[in-house]
Amino acid sequence: MHELSLMESLRDILEAEAVSQQFEAVQVVELTLGPFSHVEAEALRFCFDSVMRGSVAENAELRIQWQVAAAECPACGHRCSPQTRYDPCPACGAFGLRIESGDELMISHLEVTP
Amino acid sequence: MCGTCGCDQTARTAQTVNDISRLSPPRTEQRRLQVEINLMAQNDHWAALNRKRLDKAQCLALNLMSSPGSGKTTLLEKTLQALPGSFPVAVIEGDQQTEQDAERIRAAGAPAVQINTGKGCHLEAQRVSQALDQLLPAAPHLLFIENVGNLVCPAGFDLGEQRRVLLLSVTEGDDKPLKYPDIFARADLVLFTKTDLLPYVDFNRDRCLEFARRIRPGLPALSVSATRGDGLTEWLEWLGQPG
Repeated sequence: MHELSLMESLRDILEAEAVSQQFEAVQVVELTLGPFSHVEAEALRFCFDSVMRGSVAENAELRIQWQVAAAECPACGHRCSPQTRYDPCPACGAFGLRIESGDELMISHLEVTP
Repeated sequence: MCGTCGCDQTARTAQTVNDISRLSPPRTEQRRLQVEINLMAQNDHWAALNRKRLDKAQCLALNLMSSPGSGKTTLLEKTLQALPGSFPVAVIEGDQQTEQDAERIRAAGAPAVQINTGKGCHLEAQRVSQALDQLLPAAPHLLFIENVGNLVCPAGFDLGEQRRVLLLSVTEGDDKPLKYPDIFARADLVLFTKTDLLPYVDFNRDRCLEFARRIRPGLPALSVSATRGDGLTEWLEWLGQPG
């Protein structure tokens, strides 16, 4: 369950941001995740609630936005959005798509109160 | 009328709330901040520092990843025995609990630091950095980092290693690349282990490798049986190749 350590990182980042951006509490945390970010949304939510207790983000809402992956076929150059790391090219059927994005694990926005 | 108990205090309560709101500081609105911070930033920072230290020390570090029980520690014991006695090697052992693996490595003749991750299911770069504090002064040329046995979580955590070796024992089945693609995606070598058991299990090496190369085209592969010694020469050759 590496989601636990990811949420501990999130908490540390939020505590540091509270000082640098001068806010008291976080109401909403928005994460942008790629389909290959090897995290489970339900596990993240479960860990989020318990890890944020006693922090600036206690009782905050966690919003997750899923990013679409981008890849290019090395054989025919077709561009696509694979669902798995081993999807064949939808145009020519070749394996080994060059995956350009899809493993994002980003904090994109915060909604905070002073 | 009061909505809670039916008394006639509504007006007074509203008045009180009004008084309090006049006393408290003006309410500022909720702000929306755009941040764009990578959740892995902290780990990646430590990993970059580790890589710098290892490069400076001219030490090749390998991150060994696999399921529990695939033979990582046994492979390391045999590797240590096969290397010339004077060759400086060090080992970091990652497990949730116990010092057992570090003790096995020390018995095989190399310095070892055990990291117990407790509830953690993978090694992280900061813990590896602490282990480097202990191991780098002896100037090892080769450092094996045996990750926690797990085909999922270690995939996402850069430790600062130069190469990633994925061990897959033949008893685990040849479908594992498709079931655990993330860990194959960044591997530099797949090492099929326990090949002495091939006559007893239904494992098709070609099929497994074909699946693995759908995820990681051109992924190099070797086979070993640490107990019998098969394939150790090729493994040592691979270790000696420049990255």
